[in-house]
Amino acid sequence: MTSAFSIFPSRRGVVATLGLAALGVLSLFVGVSPLPPGRLLRDPQALQLLVVSRLPRTLAALLAGAGLAIAGLIMQTLARNRFVEPATAGTAQSAELGILLVTLLWPAAALPLKTLIAAGTALFLATAHRLPPTQPFLVPLFGIVYGGVIGAAATFAAWQAGLLQFLSIWTSGDFSGVLRGRYELLWLAAAMVAVAWVAADRLTIMALGRDAAIGLGIDPARMMQLGLVIVSVVSALTVVVVGMIPFVGLVVPNLAARLIGDNMRATLGWVAFGGATLVLGCDIAGRLIRFPYEIPVGTVMGVVGGILFLWLLLRRS
Amino acid sequence: MIRIENVSLRIRATPILRDINLTIPKGGVVALIGPNGAGKSSLLSLIARLRPLQQGTIHIDGLPVDRTPGPELARVVAILRQDSTVASRLKVRELVGFGRFPHGRGRLTAADLEIVDQALARFDLTDLADRFLETLSGGQRQRALVAMAFAQDTDYLLLDEPLNNLDMHHARELMRSLRAIADTRARTMVIVLHDVNQASAYADRIVAMQNGRIIADAAPLDLLTPDTLETVFGFRMRVEIIAGKPFVLHHL
Ligand SMILES: Nc1ncnc2c1ncn2[C@@H]1O[C@H](COP(=O)(O)OP(=O)(O)OP(=O)(O)O)[C@@H](O)[C@H]1O
Ligand SMILES: [Mg+2]
Repeated sequence: MTSAFSIFPSRRGVVATLGLAALGVLSLFVGVSPLPPGRLLRDPQALQLLVVSRLPRTLAALLAGAGLAIAGLIMQTLARNRFVEPATAGTAQSAELGILLVTLLWPAAALPLKTLIAAGTALFLATAHRLPPTQPFLVPLFGIVYGGVIGAAATFAAWQAGLLQFLSIWTSGDFSGVLRGRYELLWLAAAMVAVAWVAADRLTIMALGRDAAIGLGIDPARMMQLGLVIVSVVSALTVVVVGMIPFVGLVVPNLAARLIGDNMRATLGWVAFGGATLVLGCDIAGRLIRFPYEIPVGTVMGVVGGILFLWLLLRRS
Repeated sequence: MIRIENVSLRIRATPILRDINLTIPKGGVVALIGPNGAGKSSLLSLIARLRPLQQGTIHIDGLPVDRTPGPELARVVAILRQDSTVASRLKVRELVGFGRFPHGRGRLTAADLEIVDQALARFDLTDLADRFLETLSGGQRQRALVAMAFAQDTDYLLLDEPLNNLDMHHARELMRSLRAIADTRARTMVIVLHDVNQASAYADRIVAMQNGRIIADAAPLDLLTPDTLETVFGFRMRVEIIAGKPFVLHHL
């Protein structure tokens, strides 16, 4: 619990900000259609490309990355378990099932409504089960099985309705379809990060256990609800707008815990920052590796995140 | 004043506490003793509203514990649990700082930081303040938890076996601190102790429990007699009076 103004104490913060800014600029000028910075001033079409496609894509990657990393942090704090994240605990799969159902039953529904229903489904399915926090490996194991069952239900429903291609769009995160007017919902993820910032002390205390929380005057049930709402909204938003991106919510909070600790007031800024950097970096890499073809960010992140996670696990012992 | 009236507790039809009536006036040190499973921790959990009340009422300074808003009660009573484990990677200073949470809801003022520093100094933690809890020894960690309860700075402090893991020096220091705070600031301490001699040396009053009941409640000199001790713990032990305090030779 340090002062509220020390989100980024020290020079490290400045270096990180400059690094992310450089990545952001790079992201604006890397892609299938060439966009040399010099042409922006002369060519209105180039400016158009920047404003309609590259800028939204860059912002979407930053917002989704920050949101997912915070969602993972909150999930790990509330479950008191370092091995859970939205993609491995059934939340993302629940959101998928939610939009699939609304697409089937109400095809004309607008994107915000779909998101809302997806978030609702995720929230409902997240509260549908309770697990003792005393079993460190049971929680993620259960989450994977639970997510698998829900994912199977979604696949079956999509197959029956001939919507399997749509499902694969949601399951594999991809920013190539992000255009102006189609990503703005993601700003809600930034709002969720702000909510998490306000509740940071309470969430940290929740990690001390139910009794410690009550002893300090916190209502554990209400904090749990708040956390689940944040996690569900962020998961649903990213699944609806860009598709599932694995490992961000797992790797970034673990790294922050290793380096800074579990005091959310101190780590939250770094976690949001790290998530944004990682996702944007993987998106840029996906655009460059097989240029001019793109590799979806979900795939790149699967590899990069997997390697990072293994490294964290092996370094642990 | 803590007023406990007709409190009973059952867990799955097993009676854990049976019709407890107890009044603890403000200011002073009360020791709670009794064999394992007597219900000491259960009673403390009820007072600190960690468990829902099933039967009876508990008031602290007139506030009913089951109906007073959590944040308000957190400024009146603090509890140290018997089996607190902290899995979070927090620094000692951060943990102790969270004891101030009920007062500022997260914002630490200069006065808060002062209280945190005092609590750290009182429990010999100043040098360890920037270490992660997981790197401390068991006794150091226990002291950090006690310091956190202290930093909460409430009129009523409930401590469940605070001497666990402490060496003789730190156990003595803790008991002396409790005594000093009770005397100088009119604070009320309820402490579960297994070492009856600590109770004898520092408590004003000892409450003995057994099998969910209070079976004795008196000043140390009146309670720590071979007969009463035998009823509570089930075996006979010698008691000597040294410097006006009963001294129980329970290990012989
Ligand atoms: N969750 C529970 N389920 C079933 N029985 C319980 C539960 N919690 C406590 N008990 C029982 O309640 C009784 C009182 O327990 P409590 O923890 O209050 O004892 P205690 O006096 O604090 O003992 P100790 O000195 O060992 O700490 C014990 O017999 C215990 O087995
Ligand atoms: Mg006990």
